[in-house]
This record gives sequence, structure tokens and C-alpha cells, in this order.
Amino acid sequence: MTVGLVIVSHSAKLAEGVVEVAGQMAAGVPLRAAGGTGDGGIGTSFDAVLAAITGLLAGGHEVVVLTDLGSATMTAQAAREMFDADAPVRVADAPLVEGAVAAAVAARIGRGLDAVVRAAEDAARAPDVRGPAPSSALTRVLTLVNDVGLHARPAARLANLAAEFDATITVDGADATSVLSLMSLDLGRGAQFELAAEGPQAAMALDAMERLVTSGFTIG
Amino acid sequence: MTTTLGAAWALDWMRRAQRAMSENRIDLIELDRAIGDGDHGENMDRGFTAVVARLEPPLGDVAEVLRTVAAALMSTVGGAAGPLYGTAFLRASKAATGELDGVGVADVLAAALEGIVARGRATVGEKTMVDAWSPAALAARGLAEGGAAPAGVLRAAAAAAAAGARATESMLATKGRASYLGERSAGHRDPGAQSSALLLAAAADAAEALP
Repeated sequence: MTVGLVIVSHSAKLAEGVVEVAGQMAAGVPLRAAGGTGDGGIGTSFDAVLAAITGLLAGGHEVVVLTDLGSATMTAQAAREMFDADAPVRVADAPLVEGAVAAAVAARIGRGLDAVVRAAEDAARAPDVRGPAPSSALTRVLTLVNDVGLHARPAARLANLAAEFDATITVDGADATSVLSLMSLDLGRGAQFELAAEGPQAAMALDAMERLVTSGFTIG
Repeated sequence: MTTTLGAAWALDWMRRAQRAMSENRIDLIELDRAIGDGDHGENMDRGFTAVVARLEPPLGDVAEVLRTVAAALMSTVGGAAGPLYGTAFLRASKAATGELDGVGVADVLAAALEGIVARGRATVGEKTMVDAWSPAALAARGLAEGGAAPAGVLRAAAAAAAAGARATESMLATKGRASYLGERSAGHRDPGAQSSALLLAAAADAAEALP
């Protein structure tokens, strides 16, 4: 069962904008915007939130709800309470934009409900830097040739790819499957970084990731 | 006087609550304008009007009525009050089994208070609805354990809620929008505590009006 996201905001535009950003970075993940009051004002609509959750559940998805502030969070939690305690619906205690991006990418790579919630909630904390790779890891030094470097979308593509392999992969010590960690490295065009991988599919992972990076993120 | 409360009481409670919110609409707006965004009276009036509209026979039992109330309030009240009152009625619904005796009423009020606390994360003394509901639930429990009938339990709860709402006048808000005002929030009664007191008074009135 894949995870879908409901983005709850006081503003319809803000909710739709967050869906737009997260959708760019995690194609195929079901994202629903539930922003503003029913009559187009600033506020949150319980009915809209409930309908978004119900719609995703009906489509066979597990649901993570992200909120902006105050009564939007209360509305989302109240909506959650309308479902059975064991229903696969969670309200993440996470920053809206960073949380939605991290959660969407985690959902895109097939993570389960708990892991998607954790990805969202970890977005508020310091990036996951793992330190130097173990000496047994395979390493490769690569150069970013694309215009924007390891910016949002390239970072999301690299994270998506890294998650496909049975290997622990880092970029300059940061978790390669975490889009926010990758972005926090602030690697621009021409920057060099060390890719390290350890595990049964380490070599395969490095080959695939090198192809993606050297193509300027046009393949893969 | 009847010894247990059923769906007919719950319906009458909601009709009386709707009248109370409508009659006190301006008062609640003025309280809210002093320390909030001034829409509480409007929202409560709209919410309970929607509640009464949705309560059409057959009503089922008390739990079913309270669940319908919860859904209507969540859908129509908006802001923080919608989720707070909605959660209160939803938890109350889950706590209500069959007709309510005195202990049943105390259980329902305790569950409503728990819902408000869980949703709003407020505690006593922070100038919120909790300052009406907490003494109300406590008073209800005391009377119920002494064997009082439901009408007596509700009357004690309503009186405690009214006193609790009055006591918010001297408190400083630390939760919700009123907290942005800091010390300037003192001297004004909390609108959520006041609407809670009106709601519980309506519950007691409905119980006393039963044949």
C-alpha cells in the first residue's frame, strides 16, 4: 500500500503550492490539497480535510497529513479522530514545506506509513549526516555538471535512485536517500563530492548514481 | 423527574443550546473581539443552527445524537472552536452507553473535557474552555458519586462552569490567539469558557424540563 499526503493549510493557494512543489520532486505520489475555508476564505475546512483523507483511503492508500499552524493542526487531528484508532492515517508534527517534500520523497521510494511520518518529522531536525564512510565502503568522487547542482529536483532524483539499492549510501557523509540531507550539503555546479556505498549492491548503486550525475540528471 | 437521559433529552439540549448561542451571539462576539478575532458568537450560532438542522428523527440513542452534533460542529464552526467542541462531543459520544444516569452524565462530561484538553493542549488556569469544563466535570463527578440524579449532576456542572467562566476574567491567556495580547488579556472573560457555560446550562435546563 503506498502512502499519500494531505496538505492542510489556512490558505488554498499555500496548500496547492506545497502540493505543486512536492509533486515535482516525487512524481506519482498521491497528493491532496485541503486549504482554506469552504467559501474560499482563510481558515481550514474540516469537511475538505475529511474528504481528502477519505478519498486517499478509498484509493487504497495510507495517509499522512501535514498542516501549517494552529487551528489547521487541530482540524486535522479532529478529522483523524473520526476514523478508527487502527486506520492508517497519521498527522505528522512537521514543518509544512520541508515535511511535505521529505514525506513525498519517502513515499515515492516506497517507504511505509511510519517511515514517511518519520521523514516528515525529521525534516525539522538537523540533517542526517552520518560522518565518514566506513573504510570497507566503495567510494567514488564525482563532479556535478548540471546547471543547478544538487538542488531540489536533482537531489530528489538522486535520493529516489539511492533508495532502489540494497546498500547504505552517503554523499559527503550525508544520507543519500534523504532529499533534505542532500540539499543541505549546498553543492552547486562544478562541486565535487564523495559518493560512498556499502552493502550487497554497493557497486551497482555507484554505477547507476554516477550515470545519473554525469548525465547532468538527464537520465536514470 | 426521570432518572435517566435519552435521545429526547439530547435533542432538547441541542435546541436550547442553539437558542442560547443565538441569544448570546452579540455578547460572545464582544467578548471575542476584546481578546480574539471577534467571530466566536457568529461561529457558535452558525454551528448550533447546523446541529439542530441535522438532528432529524429517528435519532437513535444519546451516543448517536452526540456523534451527529460532533460532525456538524466540526464542519461548520471553523477556527479552533470547531475542532475543540467537535472533539468534545465525539469523545462524549464514545463515552455514552444507552441512557445516562448520574454517573453516565459525569462520564460523558469527563470524556468531553479529555477531548478538549487533548486537542487544545491547555490546562486549568490558561484562560480557555478548559477553565469551564474542568470544574464542571469535577462537580459532576462529585454529585454522581453521591448518587444524584442526572438533572442534579448537570445543574452542578452548569453552575461550576459558569463560575469557571467568570474566573477567567482575571486570568492571563497563554494559549490561542488571546495569548498574543499577554497582560492585556486580563479583565476580559474568555469567550470559549462563556459559550461552554451556556452549553452546560442548556443541558441542565433540558434535563429539568423532562416530565
